[in-house]
Amino acid sequence: MTDPMIKPELAPGVAAEPELVPPPSPMPVMQLRDVSVAFSGRPAVRNVSFDIPENEVTALIGPSGSGKTTLLRSLNRMHDLVRGAEVSGSILLGDIDVYGGSISPTLLRSRVGMVFQRPNPFPTMSIYDNVTSGLRFNGVRRKALLEEAAESALIAAALWDSVKNRMKAHASTLSGGEQQRLCIARALAVEPRVLLMDEPTSSLDPVATKRIEELLGELKDRVSIVIVTHNMQQAMRVSDTCAFLLMGEDRAGELVEYAATTKLFGEPDDPRTADYVNGRFG
Amino acid sequence: MTLMALDPIIARRIEIHSIAERTVQGRERRASVAVWACRACLIVVLIPLVAILFYVASRGIAAWNWAFFSHLPTPAGIPGGGVSNAIVGSLIIDGVAAAAAVPFGVAGGLFLAESDGPVAGALRFAADVLSGLPSITIGIFAYAVIVKIQGHFSAVSASFALGVLMLPVIMRASETAIRSVPRELLEGGLSLGARRATVARKVVLPAALPGLITGVLLGIARAAGETAPLLFTVIGSQYWNLSPTKPMGALPLVVFQNGIQAYPDLVKTAWGAALFLVVMILVLSVGSRLVAARLRKVRR
Ligand SMILES: Nc1ncnc2c1ncn2[C@@H]1O[C@H](COP(=O)(O)OP(=O)(O)OP(=O)(O)O)[C@@H](O)[C@H]1O
Ligand SMILES: [Mg+2]
Repeated sequence: MTDPMIKPELAPGVAAEPELVPPPSPMPVMQLRDVSVAFSGRPAVRNVSFDIPENEVTALIGPSGSGKTTLLRSLNRMHDLVRGAEVSGSILLGDIDVYGGSISPTLLRSRVGMVFQRPNPFPTMSIYDNVTSGLRFNGVRRKALLEEAAESALIAAALWDSVKNRMKAHASTLSGGEQQRLCIARALAVEPRVLLMDEPTSSLDPVATKRIEELLGELKDRVSIVIVTHNMQQAMRVSDTCAFLLMGEDRAGELVEYAATTKLFGEPDDPRTADYVNGRFG
Repeated sequence: MTLMALDPIIARRIEIHSIAERTVQGRERRASVAVWACRACLIVVLIPLVAILFYVASRGIAAWNWAFFSHLPTPAGIPGGGVSNAIVGSLIIDGVAAAAAVPFGVAGGLFLAESDGPVAGALRFAADVLSGLPSITIGIFAYAVIVKIQGHFSAVSASFALGVLMLPVIMRASETAIRSVPRELLEGGLSLGARRATVARKVVLPAALPGLITGVLLGIARAAGETAPLLFTVIGSQYWNLSPTKPMGALPLVVFQNGIQAYPDLVKTAWGAALFLVVMILVLSVGSRLVAARLRKVRR
């Protein structure tokens, strides 16, 4: 992997390759336009607009309190459950308006899944029941489909080999890293189009973290991923595109820069981005 | 990755999402049926509550006038009597009972929450049995150990009986409130080198305060309306008395003794006293909720 921090030196006399027609960019899987979130009238995120490309990993970075979690949770309407939370602006999933009333939050969340900071397998369910829970919640009854989806999701989450012989065991018998991969498998089994992950490795050890980071690259073909992370190296390693949030006036989070990860870390447009990614503040 | 390899996944996604879409209406309809069922249950619970409140209020309010709150009882047939002695008596009896039961109850709750040994188990069992005892048993017990020995009825014996009634309620509610404080807080305090008692006092109890207040007021409300123990202990009185060692008037006794009389005036007074009890308990529980909500907000 090339270090994006080092700009490639161009041989003298050789002009930088002219940027020809840009490759046709496919339709983004989600589009955010002027998204603001307020809690009891106090803004936490203001006027954020960017696109989430299909089958890529998009990272949300920024200092504590800059609204990363808040923004992420607005994408699958988790704020519906929080009293006093108000989301404005528009969020599109494909061409469906997420907050438009044409799709119920229940259905939306089967298409935009979520993995949380702490592994949260359902403690009273077996491993198999955990993985298939989302499917059953969504009305899937056919046994073959349940089993097929469970196996596929567990393989994708790199958990199949270690659990295939103890599918009836309780989920709490797994290690922390395995539990988090079980949660990823549980989310994947529903075959969402987008998977939201809020600091999914922050409670894991380096080995478990590495495995999940490797996973993300493999999952891209299957699902578009939005990941919140505090770890610059992690954002650099796993993401294709990166959005940098920062508290603006009255401490509401605003989007400072949104760019390809190599650009955002290599030659950011905004000096505040450069300061942050180089660890000069935040 | 090739399209070939993706195909089964895409096929599965289409199948799953179409099932989800097909069933979502049914699922949401079932969810809303469940919500409506809960609402219906709520109404069933509310009907008797509202009916009682409404009836007591409509009968009781007629008795409420200045004399009701400020005068002493008058003999039947003579207008202008009040229940001032019973109001003050009830406040004293309940206040003394609460002042004695709250420290023990909260301390007991802390003990139950913090230790799992056989002593705690026995105490918990005793509290559960005690809170299930009919209040009249506690009345006759107070009569035997205080009134008989003292030789006369007294307010303190009533406070003792009510305190015993409050104790298990406060203790178990405190235990629950304290247990709901995350264990990490206790460990965080200990890890700074604080003694366990210090952490309990400075960190755990303040964090549990909203729950403690609710529990304490529940306990007081439970005892404040009791009548049976009062019959054995304070007996009631028509006169002013502020001395806790003598008989006193008390609101539940006014309800009991006046409510069954043939004189409309006395019956009216009984309803007035009943309404006062209801309002007292309403104020206690609404107040406790407000205080608890306030404390929770401040903590944010
Ligand atoms: N449920 C809530 N109620 C009220 N305010 C909230 C709520 N959730 C978040 N906030 C506020 O929104 C702001 C952004 O919080 P958020 O959790 O999104 O930040 P973050 O970027 O995820 O931080 P971190 O990196 O520490 O996880 C904060 O000021 C926070 O106080
Ligand atoms: Mg966060």
